[in-house]
Amino acid sequence: MSPLLQRVRTAPHHERHPSATPGAMVELRGVHKSFGTLEVLRGVDLIVRTGEVTAIIGPSGSGKSTLLRTINHLEKVDRGLVLVDGELVGYRQQGNRLHELSPRTLLAQRRRIGFVFQNFNLFGHLTVLENLVEAPVHAQGRQPAEVRALALKLLDRVGLADKANAYPRQLSGGQQQRVAIARALTLEPALLLFDEPTSALDPELVGEVLDVIKQLANEGSTMVVVTHEIGFAREIADTVVFMAEGQIVEQGPAAQVIDNPTHERTRSFLSRVL
Amino acid sequence: MSIATRLDHARPGTAASNHPDPSSAQHIPRFPSSSPALSNTPTPSDHDQDLVVVPRRQPLLWVAVALVALALALFVEQLVTNPVWDWPTFAAYFASRSVMLALVETLKLTLLGVVFGFGLGIALAAMRLSEQRFLNAVAFGFVWVFRSIPLMVQLIFWFNIGYIYGAIKVGVPFGPTFFTIPTNSLLSAMGAAVVGLALHQAAYAAEIIRAGILSVDAGQFDAAEALGIPRARRLFHIVLPQAMPSILPNAANEVVGLFKGTSIVSVLAIPELFYQVQVIYGRNSRVIPLLMVATVWYIILTTLLSVAQHAIEKHYARGRTRGGRAKNSANPSSPEGTVGERQTADRVVRSRAVRSRVGRTMSATQFRLALQEAMR
Repeated sequence: MSPLLQRVRTAPHHERHPSATPGAMVELRGVHKSFGTLEVLRGVDLIVRTGEVTAIIGPSGSGKSTLLRTINHLEKVDRGLVLVDGELVGYRQQGNRLHELSPRTLLAQRRRIGFVFQNFNLFGHLTVLENLVEAPVHAQGRQPAEVRALALKLLDRVGLADKANAYPRQLSGGQQQRVAIARALTLEPALLLFDEPTSALDPELVGEVLDVIKQLANEGSTMVVVTHEIGFAREIADTVVFMAEGQIVEQGPAAQVIDNPTHERTRSFLSRVL
Repeated sequence: MSIATRLDHARPGTAASNHPDPSSAQHIPRFPSSSPALSNTPTPSDHDQDLVVVPRRQPLLWVAVALVALALALFVEQLVTNPVWDWPTFAAYFASRSVMLALVETLKLTLLGVVFGFGLGIALAAMRLSEQRFLNAVAFGFVWVFRSIPLMVQLIFWFNIGYIYGAIKVGVPFGPTFFTIPTNSLLSAMGAAVVGLALHQAAYAAEIIRAGILSVDAGQFDAAEALGIPRARRLFHIVLPQAMPSILPNAANEVVGLFKGTSIVSVLAIPELFYQVQVIYGRNSRVIPLLMVATVWYIILTTLLSVAQHAIEKHYARGRTRGGRAKNSANPSSPEGTVGERQTADRVVRSRAVRSRVGRTMSATQFRLALQEAMR
């Protein structure tokens, strides 16, 4: 296949939603989600501006992770709109109807959004380098040699250049999570989502992962981080969002939400975790 | 109260009245060099290094070994001396042309049964795992039916398919017919055998593959989706390779079972190994040596299959072991180097938050998802 044709085939089809807010990388409008009878998200509105870091904090079961998973359509919303980079995620709007996207288009959308999981979810049967190369080569159709070079550069950035040929199970939790971050970066995403990236780590390994995320934040990546690390959220986040019972209770600059919360619910949560 | 004083009370004589059974306590001998006062470090004795371990004697075990060895010797002896085994006849037929041809036929049946059985099995497993209710139900029904019918019964059905359906007509249901094929020309005895074996095998293969896929961590599916890996690649390159370690032992059982199960096909008069030896001993009446010919071939080929299984399992085990590396031993310093004082303060906050969660978080190196994650 000629490079041009390949380009056309894999080129992301990008369609700005007419009502998208300018400058917003992520925009959630009235998002509802239920699992059976349990309503996990009860009308969430949120804007994450391009280049900003948003930290979502809140008690377990408040819907933080589910909210994050709706952003790249790992969870389908029941009601509401999810826009990433101005584009409707998972659907195409025609009049009043939302048509589900074809798998290929949806997967292309997802490749513009990096996702880092709590449990790393590295592919255990592939080496570190194979993990990084898998999606860019086999889903985006990029040149293997070029992707390998990029992957090695990213591994070097997360301090694991010497682990390229190791298998995930031979690494510590902190190292695995850093590989997972590098893997998300190989797709050169416009947005990075972190789902409690340090919750499965032994306490002494948390720092090395947070350092990598901090570095990304300083480079101006747009990120949404669900975290229990309140100190970390205060340090890196432009906006801190406090969620409880499927709703956003309070949001604003870290100094305001964490140090001077206005809501009683936020205060009681912070007093328990700080 | 310190441990030492508490133990002093329990020592025989000092607090015998408190002890429920003072006599039992008195029979525990004190090791001569053990230190009188309890401390955290023992006082070594000069003779500690000279002590030799003597294994417990087990005379009855040796009697058992002797009896089993005797039984084995008797068995081997009668194999050699009993004329019924008729080893010269066995040797004459073991590698004879007709037996070798039959062996090829047996292997062909096994191969076709495995290929079609497991091919269909993958499709059925995918249907069973799909959220589409109809496909799901059809796959369930298939497994239910073909697991319920004895293989022999099914084979005879397929053999007689020409009697049940004289011809296969391709067309629109209740509408026009495009073309017609007489069934007998479509399905020979060999064809009936392959279809029967494959459908029977598919029902079992489907369940084995489904179990294997279910054994793969849900996070692997999530990660593949989040990376935008297309569906087919997700199944064949991400999920199935990781399902293989749990599929393989069961699948190997099935392949061995199918290999031996081909002997049932002899009811369709297909010249496979078992049918062929029956034909030969029908002619020359040397039943036992010819049964031994078939038996030894079945054993040899099953052994080869086991060897192959071992090799394949080794291949798919890659990445599953830690490779002898110590757990968190090489924990390189963070890429940014030193941590500032401001961060140290944060880390105190952080570690407190982490500690409060340690009870419910999994160990960092453990991969299995928490139950609630699997439910999502």
